[in-house]
Amino acid sequence: MARIRSFFSHRDVLEVDTPVLSRFGTVDPAIESFRTSYSGPGHVDGLPLYLHTSPEFFMKRLLAADSGAIYQLGHVFRNGEAGVRHNPEFMLLEWYQPGMDHHLLMSEIDDLLKWVLEDICVYSTPDRISYRQWFLDETGLDPWTDGVAAFRSFAHRQLDSVPTGMDNDGLDVWLDLIVSHWLEPRLGDRNLFVYGYPVSQASLARVRIDEVAIADRFELYLKGMELVNGYYELADPVEQRRRFESDNAIRQRSGRQSVNMDQCLLSALDAGLPDCSGVALGFDRLVMLAAGLPDIASAMPFGFTRI
Amino acid sequence: MATYSTNEFKSGLKIMLDGDPCSIIENEFVKPGKGQAFNRVKIRNLKTGRVIDRTFKSNESVEAADVVETDLQYLYNDGEFWHFMDPQSYEQLASGEPAVADAKKWLKEQDICTVTLWNGVPLSVAVPNFVLLKIVDTDPGVRGDTSGGGGKPATLETGAVVRVPLFVDTGELVKVDTRTGEYVGRAKD
Repeated sequence: MARIRSFFSHRDVLEVDTPVLSRFGTVDPAIESFRTSYSGPGHVDGLPLYLHTSPEFFMKRLLAADSGAIYQLGHVFRNGEAGVRHNPEFMLLEWYQPGMDHHLLMSEIDDLLKWVLEDICVYSTPDRISYRQWFLDETGLDPWTDGVAAFRSFAHRQLDSVPTGMDNDGLDVWLDLIVSHWLEPRLGDRNLFVYGYPVSQASLARVRIDEVAIADRFELYLKGMELVNGYYELADPVEQRRRFESDNAIRQRSGRQSVNMDQCLLSALDAGLPDCSGVALGFDRLVMLAAGLPDIASAMPFGFTRI
Repeated sequence: MATYSTNEFKSGLKIMLDGDPCSIIENEFVKPGKGQAFNRVKIRNLKTGRVIDRTFKSNESVEAADVVETDLQYLYNDGEFWHFMDPQSYEQLASGEPAVADAKKWLKEQDICTVTLWNGVPLSVAVPNFVLLKIVDTDPGVRGDTSGGGGKPATLETGAVVRVPLFVDTGELVKVDTRTGEYVGRAKD
């Protein structure tokens, strides 16, 4: 942690500390917030609140207020996630660089990891590959042009087990299955940046038309483990509102509670988010990898089963 | 029909898979940060003993298997079935050959075994780790040779054959480790 702070201090990136509680949650259908409520002065009937799953929305409000480059190292909460690599409460390092696109930010992540991991463990600069090329190389299939049937039959042919009940699932679920059960295991100990995601997995990234529509989102796999997720940030409030609404519609269709979309974030985008890229890095997983630990609980003083 | 959601998965949980009762050995939660969660599970088929890997979509439900383990006393074998009795209720149960396959050569009348029942029918029988069995046939003992070197085959009352030291004789009671099939020592009646 001290090394991370010294890295950002050398680069004049300001440390910030934003609230853990918020009136708004993430609408991302793949992420569940913990919900709680405040009651007391000002709110006799209780005010529903969410524990944040990432400090992203608050940090973007700071960026829109011309904070310049900022970072935050703090705990975030995700309901329903516990396992060898998941703890419902974990530490996220999140930072934003105005004026950088996602490729420049990938280079900065590489610099940070060199700085932090020096003398601790072997680290080599990750290769970079587009999501599309990754699939073409490892499966021969193109997520942009081959339909869901092609991926379904690939999964049935190559995976030792395909979950039942996926017959009506869309392309993204099949792509997620192949990423986590075919592509990731084949990474071995490799370090790899994957960039340029399908638009349906854009999340908060901006979308670019380059023959096909591509979301400027990236991930870093360090020694084969997903460590980092980042975006060339979407700054268009109209598009952001449309995505929030469509995510909430997905939630409702699958019988889950919809989430209050962050009106303050939308106002901040209205006011103008500077051109920037941002990234989140799972600090506990980094500790796991650096120290060669078998599970995320070993990287924490008190894992989920001990709280 | 009882079901379990993937969130209830843990090692030892008994579920139905492709019509066979299975036991979960290992359960791993796999989820991309922004994507679909899966459970990757190592499962033992309790009928065949085979271990397989299966993937489930998280929050999927799976049928529960009615599998219980119970301590029963072995009574006798009638040539086709092996008969057991619940020492509390005196209720009797008959088991076919497949369920006792690994255990039968160690089964001695009166011994207590752990029997795994599926829908009330014996699925497998586990004998105690150590059993005391009488030697019914072995070469004559060499008195005074307690070196333990060499050894000789001995047939036990259940039909099992184990290697015993030279000084052990027919009619003696020996203690055997059923997991390895090895002689542990002489036992007094």
